[in-house]
Amino acid sequence: MSLMSLTAVELGKKIKAKEVTVKEAVEAAIAQIEKSEDTLNCYVTVDKEGALKKAEEVQKLIDDGTLTGPLAGVPVAIKDNMCTKDMLTTCSSKILSNFVPTYTAEAVVNLEKAGAVILGKTNMDEFAMGSTNETSAYGAVKNPWNTEHVPGGSSGGSCAAVAAEECSYALGSDTGGSIRQPSSFCGVTGIKPTYGTVSRYGLIAYGSSLDQIGPVAKDVTDCATILEAIASYDPKDSTSVKREDYDFTSALVDDVKGLKIGIPKAYFGEGLDKEVKEAVLAAAKVLEEKGAIVEEFDLGLVDYAIPAYYVIAAAEASSNLSRFDGVKYGYRTEDYEGLHNMYKKTRSEGFGAEVKRRIMLGSFVLSSGYYDAYYLKALRTKALIKKEFDKAFEKYDVILGPAAPTTAPKLGDSLSDPIKMYLGDIYTISVNLAGLPGISVPCGNDSKGLPIGLQLIGDCFKEKNIIRAAYAYEQTGSYKRPGMLEE
Amino acid sequence: MANIISDETMEYVGILAKLELSEEEKEQAKSDMGKMLDYIDKLNELDTSNVEPMSHVFPVNNVFREDVVTNGDDRENILKNAPGVKEGAFKVPKTVE
Repeated sequence: MSLMSLTAVELGKKIKAKEVTVKEAVEAAIAQIEKSEDTLNCYVTVDKEGALKKAEEVQKLIDDGTLTGPLAGVPVAIKDNMCTKDMLTTCSSKILSNFVPTYTAEAVVNLEKAGAVILGKTNMDEFAMGSTNETSAYGAVKNPWNTEHVPGGSSGGSCAAVAAEECSYALGSDTGGSIRQPSSFCGVTGIKPTYGTVSRYGLIAYGSSLDQIGPVAKDVTDCATILEAIASYDPKDSTSVKREDYDFTSALVDDVKGLKIGIPKAYFGEGLDKEVKEAVLAAAKVLEEKGAIVEEFDLGLVDYAIPAYYVIAAAEASSNLSRFDGVKYGYRTEDYEGLHNMYKKTRSEGFGAEVKRRIMLGSFVLSSGYYDAYYLKALRTKALIKKEFDKAFEKYDVILGPAAPTTAPKLGDSLSDPIKMYLGDIYTISVNLAGLPGISVPCGNDSKGLPIGLQLIGDCFKEKNIIRAAYAYEQTGSYKRPGMLEE
Repeated sequence: MANIISDETMEYVGILAKLELSEEEKEQAKSDMGKMLDYIDKLNELDTSNVEPMSHVFPVNNVFREDVVTNGDDRENILKNAPGVKEGAFKVPKTVE
């Protein structure tokens, strides 16, 4: 059995027990990258030399007893919107094609303290704007289950890399579903934590009030372990929250007796693929058989989440992306006349179509005369949506639904109609608006063999409920990974 | 399509966004933005007259600290990625005549 088919925690144990060296683990990851990367394009940057050098350093620290944690020596891939000192960080955009950060994102620093070895940076939708990974300036990522299909987005490279075993685990970021939806499409597990749990310091901002970094891995145990490593209160991120506890692994308990699970009726209506629906409801049944109390309920305002999200996210993006002006870092146009022309040409040449689309929309909804009608209206809607979830969590511990309405679409099928693409985020987006934690776990495959994701949503700071439910579901073994990636 | 975006609006948004679109891109952007605004107009079905806009889900307050310098002189690092540098500063095209 290859080292890469182990979970991160299993590999960490073997390294700790001296059955495997860190170098062997890193070499196994690089071998897999070299084998499948030409087809899949999961990475923008692979740092083979750096990873091998780091492997030696980490091995020493393990040997002398400095590093004792579960992830010490385990190779990881980082989404390319997190700054990594001395390693190219592009956000999959031309405008950052030459950007080498001089500092490292706090979440990545936390992983390094835990002994992680960084293999490289994963491909993504440009500036995390997209649901298919096709908006990357460095080419689309292919879904390892079927290379004619997309891996989802925007953390498509991270999720595909985990599925294809080109890393032991990865970090992604989730603004409107960007961890959960590609996790669903790639048959891996991913968590979007409660807003403020993981520091955003060094995460290149898209929609700052929605962005959260989270783990992508093979199973729930890995995700809880990784989340425990990356979560921290960070004064450098002014929205970082001082949580009462940062313990997530104690929720890895195979027991859901009495856990109250609500299924929003509106999540199973029009637009939901029949096979996805069946697989998700079958998973709910499994949890019910294990003693959870499962019932349907009416969650209001589901249809208003997407329009509210696109106003808020676009508004924040237009402001956040104003920093890319060809002065401080990144690409600058070659020929220009004066400062303003330089700004305009740099940005017009450096950004791709989807990014421009959202900056334009964001600038419009924030402009005087439209600010109240669009931006404030969306923020008021967000308050109403949050209230709906508050009401639901008075009754339920966990909300259960699909992560996405379909399995992975074919490459080239989504980008032509932006509204249609945005509708694919219907089950994930409101979680970001309300700041809630959510997890996607594999719960089946459709008749084409493409994975289906089960989404479990918890109340703010109640990650433990969703981790417990996801873990208990996983332990039943009712979902078997088809061996198609073993070839 | 209920929302018709005029050329003037596109021109104005282009100035705000500091983006210069080609004629072809402009037409596409006009139609995309119109469609998206039609979709966003769905929010008008909701009565939000007594609802405060929510910018953050948690009551986040200003995070204050003592005004003490904790980082050192990082000029060299800060300039490392700049497309143009002159005498320890960012170099930009001439801005005054």
